[in-house]
Amino acid sequence: MLPRRRLITAAPVLVAAMAGLAGAARAADPWPDIKEALFGHRPIADGGAVIALDAPERALDAAVVPMTIRALLPQTEARWIKTVHLVIDENPAPLAAVFHLSPASGSATIETRVRVNSYTHVHAVAETSDGRLHGVSRFVKAAGGCSAPALKDADEAMARLGRMKLRTHTPFTPGEAMTAQLLISHPNYTGLQIDQLSRNWIPPDYVRSILVRYGEREILKVEADISLSEDPSITFSFVPEAEGRLSVAVEDSSERHFEEAWPIGPGS
Amino acid sequence: MRLLLAAFGLLAMAGPPAMAQALAVEEVAPGVFVHQGVHEEFTAANEGAIANLAFVVGQDAVAVIDSGGSLRQGRRLREAVEAHTGLPVRWVIATHAHPDHLFGHAAFAGDGVRFAGHQRLPREVASKGPLYLDNMTRLLGAASAGTELVAPDVTVPVGAPLEIDLGGRVLRLQAWPTAHTAADLTALDLESGTLFAGDLLFMERLPVVDGSLTGWLDVMAELAALPAERVVPGHGPAQAAWPEALAPQRAYLKALRDSVREAIEQGMPLGRAAEEIPLPAGQSWLLGDENHPRNVIASYTELEWE
Repeated sequence: MLPRRRLITAAPVLVAAMAGLAGAARAADPWPDIKEALFGHRPIADGGAVIALDAPERALDAAVVPMTIRALLPQTEARWIKTVHLVIDENPAPLAAVFHLSPASGSATIETRVRVNSYTHVHAVAETSDGRLHGVSRFVKAAGGCSAPALKDADEAMARLGRMKLRTHTPFTPGEAMTAQLLISHPNYTGLQIDQLSRNWIPPDYVRSILVRYGEREILKVEADISLSEDPSITFSFVPEAEGRLSVAVEDSSERHFEEAWPIGPGS
Repeated sequence: MRLLLAAFGLLAMAGPPAMAQALAVEEVAPGVFVHQGVHEEFTAANEGAIANLAFVVGQDAVAVIDSGGSLRQGRRLREAVEAHTGLPVRWVIATHAHPDHLFGHAAFAGDGVRFAGHQRLPREVASKGPLYLDNMTRLLGAASAGTELVAPDVTVPVGAPLEIDLGGRVLRLQAWPTAHTAADLTALDLESGTLFAGDLLFMERLPVVDGSLTGWLDVMAELAALPAERVVPGHGPAQAAWPEALAPQRAYLKALRDSVREAIEQGMPLGRAAEEIPLPAGQSWLLGDENHPRNVIASYTELEWE
């Protein structure tokens, strides 16, 4: 736990470093250090049989880069993908998100949108229920995603802060996996953006955790950081055994809480 | 390489402004002059001159509408003004915050010159300007030398047009709700019936959505009712008939809206939508290959909240 926090709280330090030392020579491949901070000396096997990472070779918009971590094995009680770490090596806070999944997810495939600050390797590391680590990576060409100005007007962003939307993409069939997209309205300020009026750095203010439940069952927990895009979007799966309610609890770095729930049934 | 560029930069800055070669302009109506931009991205060769720039000559003063993509372009536009009139430039109007339209502003700075723009232009310039300046410096190299950000000192709120008098000739400046960008402004020359639309109208070159797709379509419906005979688009020919000139852009934006809405409805994810939604059939646009997928992303992240 401690090393992970270190990676995340390193962000302000790096912000200062970037503000003061823009253009300084880039260090060597950061992945070995990141890997050690996150996973110690545990071996990470080639994860090509467990997950695939879909990311554009060249991002069209560095502030909204779609990424999909595709699970290549089903979530069963016997063996499932427990967590997925998504790491954008060259970003100021490299750990973009940790997704905690369960057999109730049905599928561990997760799709989200991230900011990419410079040409970088992106790593996805899955931990299966047997405690093994499986890694895959992609190289993404993009730049400026963390300092890109907010897409929305600041007043408008604050006015709809915390609003959520759920879209289900598959019909409701009891016992079968359903796919849903969760959208959370949040400016997800990185701390690397400039305030439009004062010309000061906008302090970081971002979605830190997302908890998705179906009834009482935990489906998905996301620990997130500044690399998720403005208005975070997470597409995930869950298995409704019967009609029920999907509920989401969000907490941001300013300790605001947002909750929302949607009925799931034949009509959804 | 860096040293070499720096040396060129010094040479460029050392060159006296008077040596700038006047931009070619065309008189589209009496006293209304337009420089037609090229349909290219920013390059060192075009010095940022990719947007249409204009000036209007009254009996006492001149108003410049958009100043170009670099200080050098602004100086060349100023040369063009001075080649056609001895009257002073009193107004420099920015149609929005994009660098190809207002990075020449500094060439006109001086006593008695007012810089006008949308009420939201100062914050657009403050938040996005530094990024635009970095990009432009990278793309233009020495050709960008001396370019700086100039914020407007006269701002126009949405719903409250401002009329400026050039001496027997009135320009009506009108600010619009978020459309192409969050700070679009038009100028209407009441005497000649010429509407300077800025990038609220793209012709020939693919429109770029950097504000709100649905907002833009709404604003276009209002624009169409303006009493103009001709329009000077932000990109495209020096002039076109009004409001017929709106048709191709309207067709593109509507097709974009409909195809993105359909993709969202079908659950097609953002990345796939950007890759797979093609340019609308039967429409021909320049510079569409990169800009269309970007428009799909901008539209998708807007429309998915509907």
